[in-house]
Amino acid sequence: MSVIVKEVGRALGRADERLPVASGLKKNLRKVFPDHWSFMLGEIALYSFLILLLTGVYLTIFFKPSMTDVVYHGSYQPLVGVPMTEAYSSALGISFDVRGGLLIRQIHHWAALFFMAAMMVHMFRIFFTGAFRKPREFNWIIGGSMILIGLLEGFAGYSLPDDLLSGVGVRIVAGIVESIPIVGTYLLFFIFGGQYPGTDFIPRLYTFHVLLVPGILLASVGLHLVLVFYHKHTQYPGPGRTNENVVGFPLFPVYTAKAGGFFFVVFGVTVLISALVTINPIWAYGPYVPDQVTAGSQPDWYIGFVDGALRAFPSWESQFWGHTWSWNIFLPCVVLPGLMVTALLAYPFIESWVTGDTGEHHLLDRPRNAATRTSLGAMAIAFYGVLVINGANDIIAAAFNLSINQLTWFTRIGIFIIPPLVFLSTHRFCMGLQRRDRELLLHGRESGQILRLPHGEFIEIHTPISDDQKAVILSKRDIAPLAIPAATDQNGVATPGLAGKKIRAKLSGFFFQDNVARPSAAEIEAAHHHAHEVHDHEITELHEAGKQAPSQLTD
Amino acid sequence: MTSTSVRRHKATGLVVLLAGLVTTGIGYAAVTSTAEASVPQASQGQLDQGHQIFLEGCATCHGLAAQGSSDGPSLIGVGAAAVDFQVSTGRMPLAAPDNQAPQKAVVYTADQISALAAYVASLGPGPSIPSASDVSTTDAELAEGGVLFRTNCAQCHNFAGRGGALSDGKYAPSMMNATPTQMYEAMLTGPQNMPVFNDKTMPPAQKQAIIKYIKNLQQAQAPGGLALGSYGPVTEGVFIWTAGIGALLAAAVWIGAKVR
Amino acid sequence: MSNSHGTDLNVHAATGDEPVFPLPPHHHRLTDTDPRAAKRAERQIATMFILSALGMVGFVVAYVMVPTTSYLDLGPVGVLQTSNLLLGLTFGTATLLIGVAAIHWAKKLMADEEIIDHRHPVGSTDEDREEALAAFNAGVAESGFAERPLLRRTLIAALALFPIPLIVLLKDMGPLPGDSLRHTIWRKGSRIVIDVSGQPLRPEDMSVGSLVSASPADLNDIQEAEGNQNARAKASIILVRMKPGEIVSEQGEGWSYQGILAFSKICTHVGCPIALYQQRTHHLLCPCHQSTFDLADSGAVVFGPAARRMPQLPITVDNEGYLVAQSDFHEPVGPSFWERP
Repeated sequence: MSVIVKEVGRALGRADERLPVASGLKKNLRKVFPDHWSFMLGEIALYSFLILLLTGVYLTIFFKPSMTDVVYHGSYQPLVGVPMTEAYSSALGISFDVRGGLLIRQIHHWAALFFMAAMMVHMFRIFFTGAFRKPREFNWIIGGSMILIGLLEGFAGYSLPDDLLSGVGVRIVAGIVESIPIVGTYLLFFIFGGQYPGTDFIPRLYTFHVLLVPGILLASVGLHLVLVFYHKHTQYPGPGRTNENVVGFPLFPVYTAKAGGFFFVVFGVTVLISALVTINPIWAYGPYVPDQVTAGSQPDWYIGFVDGALRAFPSWESQFWGHTWSWNIFLPCVVLPGLMVTALLAYPFIESWVTGDTGEHHLLDRPRNAATRTSLGAMAIAFYGVLVINGANDIIAAAFNLSINQLTWFTRIGIFIIPPLVFLSTHRFCMGLQRRDRELLLHGRESGQILRLPHGEFIEIHTPISDDQKAVILSKRDIAPLAIPAATDQNGVATPGLAGKKIRAKLSGFFFQDNVARPSAAEIEAAHHHAHEVHDHEITELHEAGKQAPSQLTD
Repeated sequence: MTSTSVRRHKATGLVVLLAGLVTTGIGYAAVTSTAEASVPQASQGQLDQGHQIFLEGCATCHGLAAQGSSDGPSLIGVGAAAVDFQVSTGRMPLAAPDNQAPQKAVVYTADQISALAAYVASLGPGPSIPSASDVSTTDAELAEGGVLFRTNCAQCHNFAGRGGALSDGKYAPSMMNATPTQMYEAMLTGPQNMPVFNDKTMPPAQKQAIIKYIKNLQQAQAPGGLALGSYGPVTEGVFIWTAGIGALLAAAVWIGAKVR
Repeated sequence: MSNSHGTDLNVHAATGDEPVFPLPPHHHRLTDTDPRAAKRAERQIATMFILSALGMVGFVVAYVMVPTTSYLDLGPVGVLQTSNLLLGLTFGTATLLIGVAAIHWAKKLMADEEIIDHRHPVGSTDEDREEALAAFNAGVAESGFAERPLLRRTLIAALALFPIPLIVLLKDMGPLPGDSLRHTIWRKGSRIVIDVSGQPLRPEDMSVGSLVSASPADLNDIQEAEGNQNARAKASIILVRMKPGEIVSEQGEGWSYQGILAFSKICTHVGCPIALYQQRTHHLLCPCHQSTFDLADSGAVVFGPAARRMPQLPITVDNEGYLVAQSDFHEPVGPSFWERP
């Protein structure tokens, strides 16, 4: 051990003479990170991204991004002698003639699905705990943008092999581009180098997929991590945890081992899945030919919501001034995703404007305590979920013997009904939890022990909750909604921007509606006092435990 | 895969007719004649047995003389192939009217089915049951079958022959349990909403190639591992959100859990 | 608690209503108190590292020994590529073991006493801000940016035009559309041939209920000359035959031939090829977004997001009795686009 320390010390000394690494290490080696399983979700995305970079580089060695016609003569018998593009042929070569090529291809694709899913789950955690609040709004924007960029990157990768499934996907994208008013047709011709499909698309998409977008993603990931490091990680409320400190384990060695180890776990799990479960069997789809198609033509799941919206949208199209407006494509595929992303990225600013909260937040909210935010999040997920499910309506119809037409109508109506219902039920659920927290603080936990008092009354003994639990429950911050401004001030001067201020105050009232106030120290004291008075003389032996609680709350 | 050049010449009606015969292919003309619209050869005993079965099991919907009713189409001229397909896959007799007749347990024995088929075939000329040589795939091209399959079949039955949804609760069934004879009969007769692929628009050699390709699909080739039903990206997405994310969440919970 | 605003980090303390709970005392793990438990954990971790190393060796063995053409029949799972299975199992397990061992080490043997770090407000101090602003103002003054509006405006003008050459350069990414989306290679007398086989087709070849995927006879030559599939992407058609009495509506006189109708195969929604023809209902269903067209009724949309009916190709027979096109489509095929009237 001491040898290691001496050697590292010597190497560090030599390095430090050239670059002051020691001052950076001094500050950061023992940097504290709080421990919680939900803080590892972003790491899944990060590690999937690293796996994608590693396996992607390997795939570039063998993949030929060319739409030149070739005739297949590889070892996959059902396609021998079939004409196809060089891109598809080389993707088959990777799968059947490069040793380990199929494994790497499958790891790359599974990791892409993991990447997108993990980013989303990570975003849910950030959203529901309010971790996007000041000073982390910018990092929320970087993260949200990465989901959008990852979506484009994933679609590009899905399209490169030029198999029958992905070719139909590209055909759909071409149709979407054509729907864009004014510039659509020109965009189509610029993207495809002429009419669809042409011979330029795959090579162009390849550069986009392996250079441009990964570069942007890599820079975003770097910035995202730098900001996490700089702001220090948020933490959940609990004993000893405040808005001014961070409690946890040091980066070195505990987090190096845990986070480093988790990289290998994510990698290992991805490889094992790739060994056992097929993903994107391009050989089974066959080469892309513009007049062939397979039933159940689907995009990868993360594009599913766009496809679902496209399937459900009514057949609106109009003609103005001799031009065609394809509302049935432009609205669900361009406008709707644009609005969804804008709402997502703008949310931190909207919330802080509505609540008037401009403070720094490093202690996370419990989702129940920000009931409106939690309900909005659940509503957004429900909206997204309905679209995703509709994107698979043909598979669902086939698997469960349902009618596609009825499923489509279910979506057309459900998209307006289900999200509000989810909002209301989530809000009620949060309120129930808030009331329970208040009860726990005031009266403790129901012990299940029933006592019969001398005068015949039955009571249940309530045991006070632990300090840990109290610390968590008492982390709730009750913020008063903004007051509705008067039309004029005391001097009779009209309030400037009154309408805007009124809207803001109304929204603020909506945001904090039905909030169950956290009991004050005095209320808790009174509740415990009352409880003691009732059975003071009957159960003297039990109230030793009960006495501790109020004394804790007086400081 | 390549278009054959067509001879063009000015000709009288008779020559046109002859030229048509040449281009549709003399090579398979013999096969065609056996599989399509041939006069059935059946004993009187078999016809009587078939008639009896028809009256018991089919006449309620298709009419006493197989002329059809509001509950079932006319069977005159559908041929033995249609009967064999519908009855040997258990689709007929129908249990209850629905969007389409589902596959279920076969009701009749092979002998009964051929008697019934012979009886229906005797009502009017129609496609007969393909012979063993008709459905033989020894000389068929697997890759050509794949191209034909993707052009003519995959749009409804999916790339792996697992079936897919059609309008209003109808569906194209999975082909995983179909026999070569049933595949051939289905193409020939167009059961339910399936279009007809007769021997002119799809010659027997092409049908045999398709059958060879479907038989290959039935062998559950899964180079990359578990195929998740071969339904495409939807089941892959379900897998990643359940087993995939589930496994990594379990690992994360383990990492974050306190040790006693 | 009152509404608490501002960048003051001490919001909670300032209200005077916040209880403070100290960090609970540290509990020792079994591995901290029992040397045998610690030793056991050490052995487990080392075993995992050794197994991992063996797994990596196993990977190399599998790589060398198993060709990609070897297959393994795993019954219900399917017939798997042996190489993929073995390479993945060895490498995956070995990698997973490194991770599990490292985490196990951290959890069982590394110090697990929580430590506290203090946060400081994220922003700079007021002095820093003032100094930064002063430095910036000094720079602005020294540059003369404020005093010389001519320089300022011309600089902005020059920079505004700077991206234009970069954008103009993109113009040659593709030709301009012209009227290319309005036409296909179908023309008067184009013979209709069956896809894949390339056989021409006579009306009597099709039965009622038949479906044929077809294209113009000269498609392959044109594709070869153009070196792409653009012509196919627009010219693909399907032919169906129904009883003439079942056709409820036709484009005009003589578009069909003895109950045989030809329609574009390219969906008018976003362009998927469609051939999900349901011969009893005469409905054509798109597998991508479920637009449904009634081919007995001029290809009218009966369900789904498509706004336009399926374009019909007028057909007839030539003097040799083969089905041919009467002309090109009378409207653009495929998805709508801005310039489409």
